[in-house]
Amino acid sequence: MATSKRALWGATLAAALVATTAQAATLTVNPGPDAQERLQTALLDAKPGDVVALGAGKFDFTDGLSLDVDNVTVTGAGQGKTVLSFAGQKGAGEGLLITSDGVTVRDLTLQDSKGDGIKSKGADRISFVSLTVQWTGGPKETNGAYGVYPVSSTNVLIDQVTGRGASDAGIYVGQSKNIIVRNSLAEFNVAGIEIENSTDADVFDNVATHNTGGILVFDLPGLPVMGGHSTRIFRNKVVDNDNPNFAPKGNIVASVPVGVGIMLMANRDVHVFDNDISGNQTSAVMLVSFSRSFDDKSYNPLPRDIVVRDNRLGRNGWLPGLPGGKMLAAATGGSLPPILWDGVTTYPGYDGPAPRLYLKDGPVLNLNLPKAGEVEAAKPTVTATLGSPGLPERAAVVLPVGQDKPAQ
Amino acid sequence: MIRLAALLAAVLSLGAAPQPAPVALDALLAEAPAPTLDAYRLFTDQGARAPNAGLTPYALNTPLFSDHSEKSRFLFLPPGTQATYAATGAFAFPVGAALVKTFAYPADLRKPGDQVRFIETRLLIHKPRGWVALTYVWNPEQTQAVLKRAGARLPVAVIDHAGRPLTIDYAVPNTNQCKECHSLSGVLAPIGPKARNLNGDLAYGSRRENQLAHWTRTGLLAGAPDPHAAPRTAVWNDPAEPLADRARAYLDANCGHCHNPEGMASNSGLFLHLEETDPANLGVRRRPVAAGRGSGGLEFDIDPGRPETSILLHRMKSREPGVMMPELGRSLVDEQGVALIADYLRSLPASR
Repeated sequence: MATSKRALWGATLAAALVATTAQAATLTVNPGPDAQERLQTALLDAKPGDVVALGAGKFDFTDGLSLDVDNVTVTGAGQGKTVLSFAGQKGAGEGLLITSDGVTVRDLTLQDSKGDGIKSKGADRISFVSLTVQWTGGPKETNGAYGVYPVSSTNVLIDQVTGRGASDAGIYVGQSKNIIVRNSLAEFNVAGIEIENSTDADVFDNVATHNTGGILVFDLPGLPVMGGHSTRIFRNKVVDNDNPNFAPKGNIVASVPVGVGIMLMANRDVHVFDNDISGNQTSAVMLVSFSRSFDDKSYNPLPRDIVVRDNRLGRNGWLPGLPGGKMLAAATGGSLPPILWDGVTTYPGYDGPAPRLYLKDGPVLNLNLPKAGEVEAAKPTVTATLGSPGLPERAAVVLPVGQDKPAQ
Repeated sequence: MIRLAALLAAVLSLGAAPQPAPVALDALLAEAPAPTLDAYRLFTDQGARAPNAGLTPYALNTPLFSDHSEKSRFLFLPPGTQATYAATGAFAFPVGAALVKTFAYPADLRKPGDQVRFIETRLLIHKPRGWVALTYVWNPEQTQAVLKRAGARLPVAVIDHAGRPLTIDYAVPNTNQCKECHSLSGVLAPIGPKARNLNGDLAYGSRRENQLAHWTRTGLLAGAPDPHAAPRTAVWNDPAEPLADRARAYLDANCGHCHNPEGMASNSGLFLHLEETDPANLGVRRRPVAAGRGSGGLEFDIDPGRPETSILLHRMKSREPGVMMPELGRSLVDEQGVALIADYLRSLPASR
């Protein structure tokens, strides 16, 4: 009786296993000749639920790769073990392009692409986990703009990712919604981590070091998705961002002064708390308005509803890379106060109330600029803190069930 | 008497010749792509020089630059079906429709049509579940074209316009890359056969006829107005047409497929399709967002009056991946296109 029951159970289990294997296949691709065609074919052949598994070793590609199948996982043998090299790339704007939903890319290194590293466009539930995306020749103007680059997406997870050497941002999220960036390292980029024209982002437990600017939250005019808001930046180490700016001129990040820990521009509802911020020669936290001309009537160039509280601030601001920075530093005792606000409260076509800020950490340097970017008209004042509490903080970002698994 | 005998012989042999089998609609509609091009019977000969019955040649007023390749295009519609006219966007084509485009090179770029070697034949097929893009690469013997899904690089040796030997690093796109241009909001779709781009004459045998009129007259197209009442894209290299129209037509065909609100480059906010009218969206004094090193150290996509400081022209003149635009479809610089756009940018008033 017991035996037959066990046999029955065994048969059921075996059937279940067969069903599972039939549903999700693993397509294995190893390094070697024709890697381009073999991997691209696997990326075309994969069915939803499949895994494209890349073996250990170095893959050399001559063109960009792309994935357009939903719910596929692309995995390697580990960062530094599976290395996708695009040093010989002849075409395409990025190394790997993803345009389908529910995709995870994990456990590999992608390097030296001619444009961006890994881009996902309009790809919902996109996850980048345990990846290194880098340019191996050090910080250079000719490096690609973005390391990991999800854009126009909903539900973005970036976990245990290293972005290194990008001529714009090592880790960049643009025009997206519902975002987690955590446990990641951004170093030797112009911008370490950048959240741009995006809504509902949690950026935590990351290290941003040796970039020009550590963590940036921007909103820019004239883009299909505008009015970014609701970002929380907490428990990050934003230290020693000391890389001279190497962004090609014309790009917005080319205007980031060397040594900014966290920079907030033209964004709403950003909370910065519980971070370690030190070794940034210009400023620990900088709040600025967008200073270039814009035609977009719906665009608000001011940082507003901003909270900076309970961060651990080390030495910052000793050699500010701002126009007139040396004079400012001299006027404020040889070093800039760690928190800097440009003090702009209005812009053409706007006569509403001044932005609400709660800058609990301090001292705070308010430049009191009459207009965005008019540094020569600064009337600097320094206060211990600025504003008052009471700005609500958005609840933690939650990703869909199945997308977010805790870090090991 | 001799003439009569010859005529008789001709008629007899015509009668004896087997009628070529029609286009294989079942192969076009099959879920899986055919491994070789001949399976579709789109052509009656091995080398695909002779189109089968039901294929209609067409041409675009202003096409995409594809590394100087010669492109021949055919429309196939299943018997008894019609395309439906649309004033904007591509026509609506019935299931079973196929757009057939062959990329080829003459041995000497100065002698188009002479000693032509086929490189690849691309198909856009309207299957029941939507459009599918496939490409078939020709063998050196020019006897067979084989399905190539993952893309390829093919060196193509020609004599260039200056009479020098040139090896073109020709890129066959992978299937996803087809969609990067041929997409509307992430769905694969035809982009060439729009009313405005077909509104021009084509030689049908010895007779020239407006393509919209021809398609209407032969029953391929329903609902089209008189060509004079239909929109029309300028011919980019016809100096008789206004400079701005030619330049906008060129930008539409070469950039507008990605750079439009529903295209792959929608996130850039730079829109270069012909229907765009807002100068800022068209790039005038527009600052790049994600251009990276593609900016070339320049401030604006279009610096009106100054081609030399316009990012748009800088990227057209580049052959470096990561800088060059378009990102796909060319490895060479279209010097004639660059000259046209430079003239156009120079003509824009340098106001402000």
